[in-house]
Amino acid sequence: MGALAHYLESEGLPTTQISLIRLHTEKIQPPRALWVPFELGRPLGAPNAPEFQTRVLMAALRLLDASAGPVIEDFDQDPPEGGRDATAWACPLPLPQSQEGDRLTEAFLAEIDQLSTWYNLALRERGRTTVGTSRMEPRGIGAFLAGFLEGDPPGNPRPEMALPWLIKLATEDLKAYYQEAVTAQPGRCFPTGAELDDWFWDQTVAGRVYTALSRLFSKSEDFETKILGKVLIVPSARAASRK
Amino acid sequence: MARLELMPESERSYLTRVACPEFSTRPWAAGPPLAKRRVALVSTAGLHRRDDSPFTGISGEYRVIPSSILDRDLIMSHVSVNFDRIGFQQDWNLVFPLDRLNELAREGAVGGVADFHYSFMGAADPAQLEAPARDLAALLKQDRVDAVLLIPV
Repeated sequence: MGALAHYLESEGLPTTQISLIRLHTEKIQPPRALWVPFELGRPLGAPNAPEFQTRVLMAALRLLDASAGPVIEDFDQDPPEGGRDATAWACPLPLPQSQEGDRLTEAFLAEIDQLSTWYNLALRERGRTTVGTSRMEPRGIGAFLAGFLEGDPPGNPRPEMALPWLIKLATEDLKAYYQEAVTAQPGRCFPTGAELDDWFWDQTVAGRVYTALSRLFSKSEDFETKILGKVLIVPSARAASRK
Repeated sequence: MARLELMPESERSYLTRVACPEFSTRPWAAGPPLAKRRVALVSTAGLHRRDDSPFTGISGEYRVIPSSILDRDLIMSHVSVNFDRIGFQQDWNLVFPLDRLNELAREGAVGGVADFHYSFMGAADPAQLEAPARDLAALLKQDRVDAVLLIPV
């Protein structure tokens, strides 16, 4: 990020930037940077908080009026909580309980099917979905991913890209499908990212499938598949906590 | 939170060790007051149009995002699994604040909004970004941009 600012500025384009990792910005010293104390993935602070987002945006843009630099300014406001109270979130949807002896694929596909009503509702209410990078349908992704664990590795349905990259896109698409579906449901409060993570990784068949895929791929002889398994399916903090 | 001291040890350790480029020069480009500047967004969130190619390599390439894009047509294929995506699912402005920027232009706080915005995928090696960034500078100048807001994820 700071390197991009350096290259653009040296071509004569004035830049300003939001910084999430202050340490990196201190090292690179781009011309103008606003450090924000927000969670990774949330550079403007909070979703559906237009006034707060505008404050962040203006604070970053105003740095363009500085007379000399490099400038690093700190944005010292925490994002709004979105009406959260102290109540812990619990998934309001009873997912099918898999039984001992059930085939993993069947349990996985049943879970995906059960979420479809809620996913479709979320799509209608929000008017958008972030699912779609793999261009595969959720049920197709389920069968595709489970195939690797069932000892029946599927072929590559999108041969224009390497299989490990397609698997990566497919895992993110299906996780977004789960997250968008479950946050469309009525509940006492909207889950935090940590609560949704706990739900996905600890309570869903998908979480078990992803963990198993991560273990399987990390033993691969193929370099890209090995990297996929080691760091691109299970978040590093969750992987570390399971060691 | 993006405060290193509050992060889990595994993430903190990785982010502390990430190699950062060192530059011997400190370029500084001046421009008119903010209210007269034409602003472009450049994200490193691996964003692209739904009908564009996803990022499937760490090569420093970028994608073009027209100002006319609708929120339902912008998706993300960043390779990292270690940042929140739930906020982006709820509101694209959290990562790509185009609605907010358009509001500022209507209010006169900024001079205008570029016709085109861009996204890289931030996991790329900074050295790989140099050539595409210099190409991008020419495109931004053609678009009469004199303020670039870089947004990480």
